[in-house]
Amino acid sequence: MVTLVDGSEASLLQYLAKLSGVDKVGADQRAAMLGTRSIKTSSKSWAIDMAIRMVDLTTLEGADSEGKVRAICAKAVRPDPNDFTVPSVGAVCVYNDLVKIARKNLDLNGGSHIPVAAVTTAFPSGRASMKVKIQDTRDALTDGATEIDMVIDRGAFLSGKLGLVFDEIKAIKEICGERAHLKVILETGELVTYDNVRKASFIAMLAGADFIKTSTGKVTPAATPPVVLVMLEAVRDYYLQTGIRIGVKAAGGIRTTKDAIKQLVLVNEVAGPEWLNPQLFRIGASALLNDLLMQRMKADTGYYSGSNYVTLD
Amino acid sequence: MDKSPFEYAPAPESRALVSIKPQYGLFINGAWVEPKSKTKFATINPATEEVLSKISQASDSDVDRAVKAARAAYTKTWSKMPAKERGKYLFRIARIMQERAREFAVLETLDNGKPIRESRDVDVPLAAAHFFYHAGWADKLDYAGLGSNPKPHGVVGQIIPWNFPLLMLAWKIAPALATGNTVLLKPAETTPLTALLFAEVCQQAELPAGVVNIITGDGATGAAMVNHPDIDKIAFTGSTEVGKLIARSIAISGKSATLELGGKAANIVFEDAPIDEAIEGIVNGIFFNQGHVCCAGSRLIVQENIYDELLEKLKRRMSLIRVGDPLDKNTDLGAINSAAQLAKIKELSISGDTEGAFRWSPDCSLPSKGFWFAPTIFTGVTQSHRIAREEIFGPVLSILTFRTPQEAIEKANNTPFGLSAGVWSEKGSRILWASKALKAGVIWANTFNKFDPASPFGGYKESGWGREGGRHGLSAYLKGAK
Repeated sequence: MVTLVDGSEASLLQYLAKLSGVDKVGADQRAAMLGTRSIKTSSKSWAIDMAIRMVDLTTLEGADSEGKVRAICAKAVRPDPNDFTVPSVGAVCVYNDLVKIARKNLDLNGGSHIPVAAVTTAFPSGRASMKVKIQDTRDALTDGATEIDMVIDRGAFLSGKLGLVFDEIKAIKEICGERAHLKVILETGELVTYDNVRKASFIAMLAGADFIKTSTGKVTPAATPPVVLVMLEAVRDYYLQTGIRIGVKAAGGIRTTKDAIKQLVLVNEVAGPEWLNPQLFRIGASALLNDLLMQRMKADTGYYSGSNYVTLD
Repeated sequence: MDKSPFEYAPAPESRALVSIKPQYGLFINGAWVEPKSKTKFATINPATEEVLSKISQASDSDVDRAVKAARAAYTKTWSKMPAKERGKYLFRIARIMQERAREFAVLETLDNGKPIRESRDVDVPLAAAHFFYHAGWADKLDYAGLGSNPKPHGVVGQIIPWNFPLLMLAWKIAPALATGNTVLLKPAETTPLTALLFAEVCQQAELPAGVVNIITGDGATGAAMVNHPDIDKIAFTGSTEVGKLIARSIAISGKSATLELGGKAANIVFEDAPIDEAIEGIVNGIFFNQGHVCCAGSRLIVQENIYDELLEKLKRRMSLIRVGDPLDKNTDLGAINSAAQLAKIKELSISGDTEGAFRWSPDCSLPSKGFWFAPTIFTGVTQSHRIAREEIFGPVLSILTFRTPQEAIEKANNTPFGLSAGVWSEKGSRILWASKALKAGVIWANTFNKFDPASPFGGYKESGWGREGGRHGLSAYLKGAK
């Protein structure tokens, strides 16, 4: 493995200083152009099934209960009860006190292959002591989470304490070890500039992230096409330097099949087709799944059915 | 890169929207008339070589008829009409162009070979924008800072190229009408169809007869226009070679002229450039419209210390360019406009090989029918190679390097042309310094091939005379304007 930084803040800063800037106008323009790709017929069907397999079916509300989690777990395994050709989703994503329930219900429904992702490190704000963040993560792992969605300390990032951001990610990665995949949430809506998004993406990758993730879903804007574009460029460039492919998770604001297909086009033409699988690209969503199912029915039957023909959750 | 499992299925735009007549006459004095020459020639779809229609060859006497119609319209109607009424016609034309945008886009793509994505998203909206912009000027010319009560020339002869047929028509006709001139316009012989559709728009807008006359034909028709004694001004966009001929022909005639000619633009990438966007800018600079762009960024001048990284990224990006059916909504690079242009591109590319530059193109299969050329770069190019000096007017990029900013500017300016240039840097002071030092009419900073009707366009040196667009462009259509 190529070591790009030696773990010291000085070497991190030296590495980040060499990153090229992002021109906002140009990045927006490129993302908009890729948004005009016309995906029809067979390619649309392929994209819908791939998008379903990439969904991290998510519920992250204060009101989440056992019943709610049970419902989304059943849906995760068999998104359309009338059509067994619909693939299962990529993962179920919940708060860490519900991990055990999610794991149990997935297994009961025949979904033992579907991982449970837990949001940790004082999600969504990340404002807690390191001790709490570590315990938060340990709890999730103990309960059976095999994917950890952590948040970075945006306050530290914006005040220039980049070493601190790096160290936190590294510490959580060490706890995850081989037991869980680590997804690092940048919360791009709070980082605001694309230069920051690129920088934060590299900090996360250098610190050991398996995935970089746009947002918590609690802040807008979230996974806008240009933000995902910048992150996909980052994983591509990291791969060219190290030979290691880091995944990207777009979360927040992707509600329609059209939005999801635009994301897949970005993956295909920015990072490259190697990223077009659930191991390297995920879409964090809840409402999206039903739109994908309705579009899938339309492709099969030729007409759109109403929302009562797909299950609520 | 692996082959993608995500193959985009064909997504062709429908042709049903356009109805192409089997043959066309000339649009003179508000009506369709047959050419006195009785000669017709074919216009084809360069992507398939399918004959689209038969077009009239206007002879000297047809040109004379059109000039008489334009003169009569100028004297009797257009020059007497209050300026705000002229503006209304322009607004009306602009709205009709927007309403019929899809029709114009499909027709342009069929006749020219450019991708529908570009005709739909660039050519047609910009053409309508030019009419809207100039419509607003029509009744405000006294306040444009061009002198009080500026006067039109009268009858203007306009000759436009095949690379942006409708857009160049708009660049020409909109300011000419806004300033009170009447027009005789000749589209290029390989791309007359959108101009002929525009004639229908003039009828639909009930533009007074003779204010706009569209005549078709080859270089002989253009020469008849240039030499006609009753044309007051010539506006030409095309090759430097023909531009020089026109300048010679009108030298002692008293005619005014604006000439928008060739280019060999330098696209300069400094070490502190936003690299991914610079790659997009390079691609857009040379592969937009198959490189059939007078202001194309055809010379890439890169700082040596980022050359390897940039080249690797550029090649990777070029392998994503989708070449093929221009009507497919996902096509990035369409057909070369004509067999003659393809031969010219091939000839110059071969000179690159023989003079010692290195050619590279991504793997891409080209259709067997029609005129095609793969996106191509040449590395190891030096200032003395023909491909660094002559305008190729195709999807071929010559890459040179530099060590210091001064060297970049010297190389960029070392050309007989001076139409456009690009500067890529995240450093504001460097952009300002480079823009001042570059001898080019249009300079883009951290972008390329951006157009706006409010922004004047035109070149230094052999790239032409005068400006088009903006306030400066108005003055080219007004007598004695400052």
